[in-house]
Order: sequence, then structure tokens, then C-alpha cells
Amino acid sequence: MADTGRYKDLTFWVLLLLIFGLLPLVKTSSYQLMLANHILIWGMFALAFNMLFGVTGMLSFGQALYYGLGAYSVGMMVKYLGQSWFLPGIGLGLLLAALLSVLVGLLIIRVSGVFFTVLTLAFGQLAWQITFRWYHFTGGDDGIQGIIPPGILSDRTVYYYFTFAVVVMSIWFMRRLARSPLGLTLRCIRQNPERVHFLGRSVRLNQLGIYMISSILSALAGSLMAGVDYSIHTNMLYWTTSGEVILMSVLGGIGQSFGPFIGAAVIIIIEDVVGARTEYWSLIIGIIMMVMVILFPRGLVGEFRALRSRLRSLTVQKRG
Amino acid sequence: MDPSFIIAQLISGLTMATLLFLVASGLTLIFGVGNVFNFAHGSFYMLGAYLAYQTVSSWHTNFWVATFAAALGAGILGMMAEFLFLRRIYGRSEEGGFQILLTYSFILVIDDLVKLVWGTEYKSLLRPAGFSGSVHVGGLTIPTYNLAIIAIGLIVVVLAWLILSRTRPGRIARATAIDREMMNAMGVNVPFTMTLVFGIATALGGFAGALAAPLRSVTPGAGIEVIIDSLIVVVIGGMGNFWGAWLGALILGEVNAFAVALVPEWASVFSYLVMVLTLIFKPEGLFAARGVRKV
Repeated sequence: MADTGRYKDLTFWVLLLLIFGLLPLVKTSSYQLMLANHILIWGMFALAFNMLFGVTGMLSFGQALYYGLGAYSVGMMVKYLGQSWFLPGIGLGLLLAALLSVLVGLLIIRVSGVFFTVLTLAFGQLAWQITFRWYHFTGGDDGIQGIIPPGILSDRTVYYYFTFAVVVMSIWFMRRLARSPLGLTLRCIRQNPERVHFLGRSVRLNQLGIYMISSILSALAGSLMAGVDYSIHTNMLYWTTSGEVILMSVLGGIGQSFGPFIGAAVIIIIEDVVGARTEYWSLIIGIIMMVMVILFPRGLVGEFRALRSRLRSLTVQKRG
Repeated sequence: MDPSFIIAQLISGLTMATLLFLVASGLTLIFGVGNVFNFAHGSFYMLGAYLAYQTVSSWHTNFWVATFAAALGAGILGMMAEFLFLRRIYGRSEEGGFQILLTYSFILVIDDLVKLVWGTEYKSLLRPAGFSGSVHVGGLTIPTYNLAIIAIGLIVVVLAWLILSRTRPGRIARATAIDREMMNAMGVNVPFTMTLVFGIATALGGFAGALAAPLRSVTPGAGIEVIIDSLIVVVIGGMGNFWGAWLGALILGEVNAFAVALVPEWASVFSYLVMVLTLIFKPEGLFAARGVRKV
């Protein structure tokens, strides 16, 4: 159920490539283009989170740490060394995320369940505290503005296609990973870690591996976002960012192959319609979360699939 | 450093430790008995503070009455949350993750409801009559309210320990923690016990919030900071362990008090430092072994 065949993947791929690939060609305002760019990046972020929670069962409440790390790597490089260091900044972000995720990962995979979640949250908040307080270096609450990608990337449409290409490649990579033997091991870890242990596979090593991969991809999402918004802020590291990516995944469907991407799209569109960050935004997302968890734990994509298969079996029954 | 400075910081740390312990004990109680992790526990702390503020400002009651009302109110709201929402996801596969997600949604909803009702501006509560001054011992002044909090904390620790270990309801709670089905078979109303324990836990949170209100101003969004602090406490002490929570609170309170006095700007980082050190050297916490993986 969690991972249906290639055929259903294909539908998603065609839709993704058609909609997001052709969007700039039809008449779109730069605002709509930015919105589409946000959906792509958040979708990728949510899918990376899904590799952790949906596939492996590790609920991290601290992925904002890596998202912010990626964003700040780019932002600081541009701020201190100049515009041309934008792309090396992305590379630096990936490298730092790899290093940090191994260090933090080694500490936190020693505990499981609720404790794991709590510790990811604590480390995320620690990173936020440091960024927030270290005013001289990070700009603190002011954030960093004027992060404009260099060369031809400074063109909105070109940058859009750049992120589009990166996101598509990352999603393809994650799908490959989910189907690989490693992906299978990870799903086994979610269902029965003890059995994985009996089979002679290291639970911790695999968990550390996926934590690292997911964190690197989160950093990539963060660094790409810096070039879309031209600015970064400490809020990118705040725990609410982690909460948002969790909400997107839950809404779309945890463990549903492309659910989190769809969840991201829905949330960003709602955010836009309701008037981004209204005063009572957290009430809205709180209620969405509550309804999804209690009534539709499989998420939009999961419930849709269940509904369709039920309808199909009904028609089969009618035909006799 | 002169000794009076050290003693003053020790007492301020002890005050903070007591408040932390009151919050963390609620968190650890419902986790220990019901295996429920209430991520929104800090929100009930915040609700307690607001309820106390409201009681004092609209009925001009005595502070202690307001504290009691706050605990009662937080307890009733907690029971409602358990009865209406949490109960629906018990027994689901991968329940732990869903518990966190659901109680996370409580945080979001409670935060905004508080904003709707009380607005975003700071609210403050005066210290109760008779505890607004301070006592002078030698060269140092100690606020009497801090001493009152420490005393109340000690009373609660002893009472809670007595109830849990010496009375019939305490025995039922401990037995429920070990084997829910067996308790059901023995004729104990387990769902009701769960709701009740959840209510007691959130009441403890609300009580702590009300007690803390005269020391820290009351703001929406305070819930998340409190929950992280009390989580650090239970990580240090070991989850589901009463005395562990007490020791964890004591360590964190003291570390914080000295950090605030010595390096105020970076004080908040020190709590995390304690947690990281605990994780490196004793990942299961200083006391309990619960939650540590076998594989």
C-alpha cells in the first residue's frame, strides 16, 4: 500500500513535468512563478522528511535545522564573499549538513520513539537560539537580505528552471532510494526493528544513513529557497518550520509515495488564499492537523486511493 | 565570587527547579501511567497562567484561590482533550507518532485560542499578599515568594509520592502503567483512569503555570519553551521516573540560574549543553532505563 507500482508513479511524473515544466511558458505573473517555485522546494523538503518519518518511522521535529543551515550557508557566503559565491554556498550547505547530521545523528539515534522526536526538536531549537543570538555574525533577527543568484540565474525564469531541475533530480533520487534494498531495509525498520536486527542488519547504521540523506536534501531545499526569496530569516530555523513540513506530509499522506509533495502544494495554496500568515494561521493548521490525524490518517493521497479501490470493487460486484 | 552571590543563585535556581519539576512531573506521570506523550503539556501550563490571571482580575479573588482555579480549569480542559480527541487514536499502529502529531495540533489550537481570548499583550499577576517582600539573612535578600514556591514544590513531591506508593488509587495507576488489559479484567475502568490521570497531569501543569505567573509575565506561545525545558528535564532524569524528574529539574534549574547570572546572553544554550552531555554519557537518563532501545 505504501509503495504502489511504477504505473502510478508515472502519472505523478507526467503531471509534475507538465504542470511545473510548462508553467513559465503560459502567461504567469512573477508572483505566481514564485509560488510555483515555493511549491517545488517545499514539496522536495516534505518528501525528504517523508523518507525519515513515512519510510523509516523516525519522526523528526527538527528538520528546520538543516533547512536553515542550507539557507544560511548560501546567505552568509553571499553576504561576506559576494554574489558569485552563491553556488559554492549551496555546496557548503550540503557539506555542513552532511557533517552535522552525522554528529547529531550519532547522538540522537541512541534513543527511539518519543525521545528521538524530542531530541531533534531540542537540537533544532539550539541551532535557532545560536543563530538568533549571534547577531554580529548571522545578523540575528534581521536575517540577511539581497541574496541574488549570480549570472543568468538572476533571471527569475532561469532560476525557476534551475530549481525545477534540481528538485526533479532529487525526487527521482528519493524514489530510486525508496525502491532500493536500502529502502526495503528502512521500511522493515519502521515495522519491526528487532527483526531487522535478527537478520543481521544494523538498525542504527541504516537510520543514521537515512537521517543524513534526508538532512542533506533538506539543506538543499533551504539553500534553493534563499535564491527564490532573495532573503533568509531565523524563522527558517524555528521549530514552526519543522512543524509545517510535518503538516504537509501528514496532509498529503505519510508514506504515500508522492503524498507529501501534494500536501505541500495544498498548504502553500491555502496559505496564499487565506492571505499568507493571517493572524490565526496556526489555528487553521492546527485544525487541519487534528482532522487529518483523527479522521484521515492516510492523508489526502492515501484516502483517495482507498476510496478509488473501494469504488472499483463495488463496480466489480455489480457486474457480478 | 562571594558566598552570598552563590547562595542567592542557588535559591533562584531552586525556585526554577521547583516550577520545572511541577511541569515535568505532570508530563512524566501521564507518560509513565498511560504511555501517552503530551507534547502540548506546556500549553496547559500557559493556560494555567492565563486562568489564574483571569480569576484574579475578574473576581478579585485571593491569589491562592486563583491558583487552585487554574489547576482545576487546566485539569478539566485536559480531561476534555483526552476524552474528545486523544482517546480516538489509542491502539492505532504507530500510535506514538500520531500522539505527537495530535498533541502538536493542540499546541497550535490552544496558542491561537489564547490569543483570541486574551490578546497578545503581556499580562502580569501580582505576588500574593504576604509574599511580596523578601527576608534578609545576613547580607542577602531572598524574596519570600520564591521560598513559598520551593515549599509548595516539596509538599507536592511528598504528597504525590505518598499517593502513588501508599494509596489505592496510586496502586491502580501504577498497575495500569504495567498492564492495562489485566487491570481491565480486574474490573478497573481503564479508560476512565486514563482520562483522570491525564486531567491530573494537565492540572499539575496549569498549577505550575499559575505559580510562575508572578515571576514571569504571561504571554501566548510560552507553551513551547516550557515543553522544551521540561523535556530536557525528563531526558536528564529519565522519562516516567518521578525522582529522576526531580533531579533533572534541580540540575537544569541550578545550571540555568548560574548561567543567567554569569553569561546572560547565552544562558539558554546551557540547558541544551546539559542535555547533550547527558546524552553522550548516559543516554537513558540518570535514572530510568525506559525508552532506551534494545537493538
